[in-house]
Amino acid sequence: MVHYNRFVLDNGLRVLVHEDSSTPMAVVNVMYDVGAKDEDPNKTGFAHLFEHLMFGGSINIPEYDEPLQRAGGENNAYTTNDLTNYYISLPAENIETAFWLESDRMLSLAFSKKSLEVQRKVVCEEFKEHYINKPYGDVWFKMRELAFTTHPYKWMTIGKQLSHVEDATIEDVKAFFKKHYNPANAILVVAGNVTTEQVKTLADKWFGPIAKGEKYDRNLPEEPVQTAPRKLEVFADVPLDSLVKTWHIEATLDKGYYVADLITEILGGGGSSRMYQALVKEKQLFSSLDCYHFGSIDKGLLAIEGKLVKGIKIEDADAAVNEQLQKIQSDLIADTELQKVKNKTESVIAFEDMSIMSRASSLANYELLGDASLMNTELERYQAVTAEDIRNYSRIIFDENNSNTLYYRSNN
Amino acid sequence: MLNRKKSPAIVDAVELDLQLKPYTKFTLDNGVEVYSIHAGAQEVVMVELVFMAGNWYEQKNIVAATTNFMLKNGTKQKNAFAINEHFEFHGAYLNRGCQNETATFTLHTLGKHLPKLLPVMAELLTDSIFPEDELAIYKQNQKQRLSINLKKCDFVANRLIDRYLFGTEHPYGKVSSAEDYDALSREDLISYYNQFYTNGKCVIFTAGVLPADIQEQLNNAFGNLPLNKTSMPTITYPTLSAAEKKYQITNDANGVQGAIRLARPFPNRHHPDFTKVQVLNNLFGGFFGSRLMSNIREDKGYTYGIHSYLQNLIEQSAWMVSTEAGKDVCTATIAEVYKEMGRLREETIDAEELHLVRNFMMGSLLSDLDGPFQTISRWKSYVLNGLDESYFKKAIHTIKTVSAEELKELANKYLNEEDFYELVVI
Repeated sequence: MVHYNRFVLDNGLRVLVHEDSSTPMAVVNVMYDVGAKDEDPNKTGFAHLFEHLMFGGSINIPEYDEPLQRAGGENNAYTTNDLTNYYISLPAENIETAFWLESDRMLSLAFSKKSLEVQRKVVCEEFKEHYINKPYGDVWFKMRELAFTTHPYKWMTIGKQLSHVEDATIEDVKAFFKKHYNPANAILVVAGNVTTEQVKTLADKWFGPIAKGEKYDRNLPEEPVQTAPRKLEVFADVPLDSLVKTWHIEATLDKGYYVADLITEILGGGGSSRMYQALVKEKQLFSSLDCYHFGSIDKGLLAIEGKLVKGIKIEDADAAVNEQLQKIQSDLIADTELQKVKNKTESVIAFEDMSIMSRASSLANYELLGDASLMNTELERYQAVTAEDIRNYSRIIFDENNSNTLYYRSNN
Repeated sequence: MLNRKKSPAIVDAVELDLQLKPYTKFTLDNGVEVYSIHAGAQEVVMVELVFMAGNWYEQKNIVAATTNFMLKNGTKQKNAFAINEHFEFHGAYLNRGCQNETATFTLHTLGKHLPKLLPVMAELLTDSIFPEDELAIYKQNQKQRLSINLKKCDFVANRLIDRYLFGTEHPYGKVSSAEDYDALSREDLISYYNQFYTNGKCVIFTAGVLPADIQEQLNNAFGNLPLNKTSMPTITYPTLSAAEKKYQITNDANGVQGAIRLARPFPNRHHPDFTKVQVLNNLFGGFFGSRLMSNIREDKGYTYGIHSYLQNLIEQSAWMVSTEAGKDVCTATIAEVYKEMGRLREETIDAEELHLVRNFMMGSLLSDLDGPFQTISRWKSYVLNGLDESYFKKAIHTIKTVSAEELKELANKYLNEEDFYELVVI
């Protein structure tokens, strides 16, 4: 059970406090309700580029990192297709430094041209390092475009192409800040060796004076229900063939999301999972095989991805995967197998909750979804899943018409 | 009126009284020592068995790593599936890792499941049979994994730089090849397993919310195993560093980035310069605000990240600079690294920058000591490196007191271009 207190400032900033006096540290986590899905289709990768620019100096503070390091703190940030999260960890005594820094960049950035110029290059190198200069690096660019025709999940957080990042202008940066970076679109979580009273005083002092700004009204195009299987075949300079398949699943908080999460565990979570045992160990069709889902807020994807054993035909491997999917749709899962994946979930949650950093970001995530208290009932939602749910949702998810298949062939 | 230009008052992190929570030590019936930390709020436990079974002791390439990997692949009583199922049913993670001197076997679990899991861990240490078919699958899949990794410039660069530093005969410089996998036999593994696991040398680390009877549970599971009975072979290896210092490798003609590694040999943690150089390294390339990051990423935009560090090795270390940079700015990146070395040699670090690094390191250390797993991990490092609590105190004292003049002297001693191996892999 993670205890917390919650209050809202007049400008709309939601503040959550999780007190834990067993640590000498404090975490200050600021989550903005903006991700790659909020981008203009012709300017993709912008939310993430913007995250870099948040470190390029704010209106009153020329250097973000230096004062924080001087206070013994560390920070980082990440952007997903759904959200952007900034977090600081520092000795609890110095927590006001974090309020000072985070509130100033919520107030206004310095909009330095030099910072934009440099970070465009840095992000281009990040793009190359992770997606161009790596074997199979472009798989998810292709798969997202295949699986989504309409919803902005069709592009990667890093952006559709390098040129979108290269072409970003300072006007784009200013407009994006105005639209998304204001108290009404943000959640502040403070965790660690702090008191709620203290956080209230500091939040009023530093964040209270920031103007409310306009609440961003998200209005994303919904992905139409897929009505026929989609297939794509590509050749690339890679050593081995790879099979990638995806299916649309329900949005976070929907029942089907939790069922889908357990289905990925049953099929591909660990050495005793069904597909690992059948396809890697017994039939030896794949040398590696993973099953997971995107964990996205809107309707996302469940994925199966594997590298084929050299000499195996990709069509045969695909058929063997489908055979496993048939089985989970026809036979009820045994109680012990269901219990196993629930036990794993219980364990994962306990390990995640060990660090205040992770507790803080979980609280922010659930607050973003509408209710932070959902964090404390997460396990119950998994416990409630039945063998029938697994079978019934498998039938919906693994419907042939809901499937996207990529044959990523080696041209060696 | 709120003055946003003025930073709030801070407590200097150098004033923090950092404490390393002491361990509780006990000994099992067979003499195996257990270091434990009882702390935390979540009911989770880590139990790690460290064996002297790294690649230091193998006579044939990759036998150590393969034996370690296959500890979960079958015993006289259970096949690989049953073993995995047992641990996964209890939501537990059983991991293994093979380093140079040591090899680890690590359990993470909710404390309530320990009684079901520890005896099976013990079974894996005495009754493993390394089935032929499991080995065949392992070989095939590892060879495939290697063929993919060899396409990556960073992977290739990491292998090559270690080879230049230590030579291919040294455990720190050896690499795996497809032929090595082909040459592995089941007998190699069984023999290595018998000597270095079943009858090997072991020390145990455990942390988390430990059950009251942890000592008894560990003793029942592991206290009657024939561990620590036979003495370990003493093996020394010559370090055969490469004579040539500069390398340019084209691994992928279509590559758009180069993996850059600059490295020089460096003594191990027992050398009096080690803790001081940790401070100098932080300044140079050890954190986001370092000279290398500020110049090469934040000013020039040549790379997504550039780091320097002292390699985490027991016998001897190396000082490494590592980055992936755009293909056409690799030369410029290397020139800037040398320029930063030159500045550290020639200019005295100003008081404010040094103060910032001290504070950053202290804050970072405070955070690193937060939680039972972090605490035991630090103790483990000390125990395995033959150090004690005085090293911790010395490291803190050094962070607080090392002078700009000393750091300049160390830069002159260690940061000279001609001592560095220089490698670019595209």
